[in-house]
This record gives sequence, C-alpha cells and structure tokens, in this order.
Amino acid sequence: MKNKKTNHEVAKGIRKRVFEHCIKNNGGYLSQACSAAEQLAWLYNDILNLGDSTQPMIPEEFSGVPSKDNQNYITGAGYNGPFESSYDRLIIAPAHYALVAYATLIEVGRMAPEALDMFNKDGSSVEMIGAEHSPGMEVHNGTLGVGLSTGAGLAMGRKIKKETGEVCVFMSDGELQEGQVWEALQTCVHHKIDNLWAIVDVNEQQVNGAMKDVMDIGDIANKIESFGAIVTEIDGHNFDELSKAKKINHKDKPLIILAKTSPYQGMKYLKTRFPKLHYVRFKSEEERMNMNNEISTELGISPIEY
Amino acid sequence: MEIVNKPYAKAFEDFAKDKKEILCISADLDSSCEIDGFRDRYPHKFISMGMAEQNMMSFSGGLGLAGFRPFIHSFGVFTYRRPYDQLVASIAYPRRKARIMGFLPGITTPGGMTHQAIEDISVMRTLPNMTVLETGDATEVESICEVADSIDGPVYCRMLRGSVPRLFETPLQIGKLRTLSEGKDILVFTSGICTEEAIRARSALKKFGIAIKHIHVSTLKPINEELFLSLISEAKSGIISMENHLVNGGLGSIVSDIISKYGIGKKLIKLGLQDTYAHGGSKGYLSRYYNLDALALIKSIENLTNTKTNIQEVDLNEARIEDVHSLSKAEAL
Repeated sequence: MKNKKTNHEVAKGIRKRVFEHCIKNNGGYLSQACSAAEQLAWLYNDILNLGDSTQPMIPEEFSGVPSKDNQNYITGAGYNGPFESSYDRLIIAPAHYALVAYATLIEVGRMAPEALDMFNKDGSSVEMIGAEHSPGMEVHNGTLGVGLSTGAGLAMGRKIKKETGEVCVFMSDGELQEGQVWEALQTCVHHKIDNLWAIVDVNEQQVNGAMKDVMDIGDIANKIESFGAIVTEIDGHNFDELSKAKKINHKDKPLIILAKTSPYQGMKYLKTRFPKLHYVRFKSEEERMNMNNEISTELGISPIEY
Repeated sequence: MEIVNKPYAKAFEDFAKDKKEILCISADLDSSCEIDGFRDRYPHKFISMGMAEQNMMSFSGGLGLAGFRPFIHSFGVFTYRRPYDQLVASIAYPRRKARIMGFLPGITTPGGMTHQAIEDISVMRTLPNMTVLETGDATEVESICEVADSIDGPVYCRMLRGSVPRLFETPLQIGKLRTLSEGKDILVFTSGICTEEAIRARSALKKFGIAIKHIHVSTLKPINEELFLSLISEAKSGIISMENHLVNGGLGSIVSDIISKYGIGKKLIKLGLQDTYAHGGSKGYLSRYYNLDALALIKSIENLTNTKTNIQEVDLNEARIEDVHSLSKAEAL
C-alpha cells in the first residue's frame, strides 16, 4: 500500500480531514495538523518500513482495559503493521496528536474515513487523547515525556534480540520541558542505542501559549547535542530536508531530527488565534464561519457543511 | 536460628543467569540490592539505568514490549514515589511483566523518611493489574524470583537483604497463608519482619496460657478472601494485624475490609505506623519507638483479652532462643 499517493497529497489530505472534523465538531487539535502533517505523511507514506495493517479498516469498539480478565486486549499497534523483527515501530509520544495521526492512517489506507466519525464518541476506541488501544497507538503516551523512554527500552530490547527493525519516536517540543526526556536521552547515549531515532515537531506551542512565554527551553539543538546525541535542524514542511536528515550517519548514537514547523502552515487564518493554538474551540459562530470560509479557500475545498 | 547472608544475591543469579528473556535493571544501587556479583558475571544481562527512575520505569516498559521480563532493582521507595506516573502508564496499565524488587521496606533502614518505603504496599495494592508480595525470611527471599516471574503481569516484591533469618522451610507460594501456631484466643496476622517479632512474643505468652493463632502473610495482592474469612470467623477474643508499614492500605486494611465486607463483629487492632512518617534509626530502636515489636504485640493481646502478663524484654530474649528449636514444628502445622 506504500506510495499510492505522494507525500504532498497525504499531507494535504491530513489537513483537510482534520479541518473538516474541527469545523463540524466546533473545535479540535487543528494546529497540530498544520505543524505535523508533512512529518506524519512522510513517516507513514515514505520513510518507515511498516508491514500492512493487521487491524480492521473500521476500528473495533472499546473492549475493556488490560486486565487478567481481558486477555484478548489488543493495542492500536496493529495499524502500524505486525510485530515482526524486520519492521520498524512508531511511538507517537504526544498522544494529543491523535486526531492528526488518525487522519494520516486514513490517508495512507490503513483506516476507513468513517473511523473519524468515531472520534471521542462514547464506547469508541478512537479516543480524543490516543489511548493504548486507539488506532496507531502502541502504548499510552497521554502523559507527556514517557514516549522516548519507552522507545529507548524497546530499541535496546530489539538490539539485544538482533532485530533489524528500527524504533521511531514522534515527539513534540513541548514535552522537552519534562525531565524524563533528558533522562531518556542520556540513557540512549550511554547505552549506544542507535536503532532509535526521533523526530520532534518544533512548533513552539503548548497549552498555555507560546513556549517562550510559558517555559522557555532555549537552544534545544545545542542541549541535545551536548547530551551526546546526533541532532539536526530542518524545515519540517520540506520532504527533501526530512529525507536528507534521516540519512545522517548516527552509528552508536540516537538521531534526533528537530523539525521546525509553523502551527498555522497551510491554514494562515489560524494565526488570528495565536498564541492560543493548542486546542482550537471557536469563540463564536462568526469565528467558526470565518475560519470555515478562509481556510477552506486556502485548502482549495468548498466550505464545510455542518 | 540460622542467619543467611545475602540470600537474594545467590537466588537471583541462579534464577536469572540462563533465562534469555530476563534482564537485570539497576538504578545505581547494585551492591545495595545484592546484584553487583550478577552485574560482574553476566554484564550482557545487566542494564545500568543510573539515578533516573522515571526513565527506568518507561524504559522497562519498552523492554517488556520487546518481549523481555525486566527485574527492576532499587530501594522500594524509589520505585513508586518519584516515578508513579511512569509506573502506571508504562508498567501497570499495559501489564508489562516487570518484576520490581523493592529493598529497604519500612523501618528496616536508618535512612529516614526519604529511604523508608512505608506506603509502598498501599500504593501498589491500589494499582489495577499489580501483584504485591512481601518476604519475611531467607527462604521467601530465595524463592521469590520464581514466584514473581510466574506472574502474568507486573509484580512488586518487598525484599529483605543482608543478614536475613530463616524462619520457614518451604518456599513462598502465591496466595497461601502460613499457619505458624494454633490457638483459639487471639488471631494474629503478620507480614515481613513483623513475623519474627510475633514468634518471640508467642512463646512468652504460652506460659500465661494465652494461645494465639499466628498467620504469616506474604501475598498482599491478590487476596484469597475465603482463607482470611474462615480464620477471622473463628477468632475468639479478637484479631491483631502487625505490619512494617502504615496501618492504612496494607495488611491491617486487608483484614479490616474482609471484616466489614462480611459483617463480622470482631475487634481488630492494627499495629504498624499509625498515620506517621518515621525517622532514621536502627531496626530495634524504631520497632520499639513505633510499637512494632514483640512487646507491642503483647500489650495489644493484653488489651484484647483483658489480662496483664508483665512480660519484659528480658523474657522475650529467652523466648527467642526457645522458639528457634520449635520453628520447624511450627512450619509443619
């Protein structure tokens, strides 16, 4: 199913789907689609070596949390392909990007478009904050900062077992405020975990607003480099730069790609909401209408009916 | 009494050395958790995590995802206070087969508040999917690796280290209660290091005609309610629980829950830390200070039976020696 569409087409489709969903539902994680569309499109459509999905196109309903009485529990990992030694694994660390990730699964043919109608509906596994059983999610990452550690442990385990598949962690820059991320980085460097790489959506936004106002984390490239990892900063909306970054030799070290992005890329009108971009809920019917008209024009689609 | 030196060191090495899926994880406390020998002899199975427990928990979750069963070593307190969020998200929720070996339970360390795990059982018991075990002697320490590794999910083990007395001859078994003495007057539940203290008290009490039924508990979750229920129903003058832990959320609460659930009108005295932090000191001093020793148990029994024994510490020391010879008999019950 690889490369039926171009990366550009997938990224455009992600923005359209997330936009449509947000207009219809009077809000959502819209800016994350703007900043991360190219990265997720590139990961699923291009760079990751994933097997075919093992899960149904229409996700199963929520069937209970893991427990000794629920032995049939399955995670959303199957949407990223089977657990076979040669395939890569993808950990989506900021589970708040779930809507964007679901849209990506649809665009690359791993999930049906109707699945998005199940988003945040009672009894659905397509949860608002990606849960372990949500499509494309392999573990619980709703608590920010645990993703890189999990990826590191998984990667070290795969190394010990001599599996060839790599582990990729999709991260956000906001979670770099959590100390655990730096604990994970020092561990990756210390143990030479080089079958792990991460791509960080550097959109400089967090819940309260712009990161520099909430908690400035400074020069993250410099920080990561001084921790001993291989780091590169690129334009996160440019596929050529993304692919070039992945080719960097990082023997004995983890590779961290800092993807500099704009939280209103492809939806310039969203800038009117700056710096409150984490979750866009329309303040008035007028704002919703204006957003609908302005952004649909930029996306080259008809205004969404709702 | 036989005192075993570092029972975990040998037991873990023997158990883990040839098992491919077991990895030894340490947070900078190798010799303190008696795994320094294993580290030196099996470096390929040992992963140093440094002082970074949050990462250690999620990292171990990742190892679990890769099919490994990590044995995580640290002081108990460091495995849940700082990395609680990671413990839940990366270990407990996904039912990773992580075996958490928590040393320095309760007042067994002069390290004070920061080193004493006094609410670990309470915290771990309330986590869905978690199994909780506690060792009370060298035999239980020696047998815990196999028991812990048989569990389909995460398990927290309260571990003893250093010079550990041997009280039992049979290995720890999940869900089983050990009956150490028979008696109809008072029912005493003990766990961990409190069991040895209760044995001291028991022999001295015998002279006064007070017979106690003494039960040692090493599985704190899951609980076999029926076993507890039948014992509690038969207790004549009351029940005492004695634990090296806060009285809330541990053994005392387990007994109390069963009493209330089944509507049993029996009095329960919960010995343990009474909603207080402890400070640093020797085990003997702290046991006396916080009413966790044999004398404290005797006072509680006097209270329940409305008698006065005048038993002194000196009587107990003699009792201890006597009891060593009867241990095997107690176990054979």
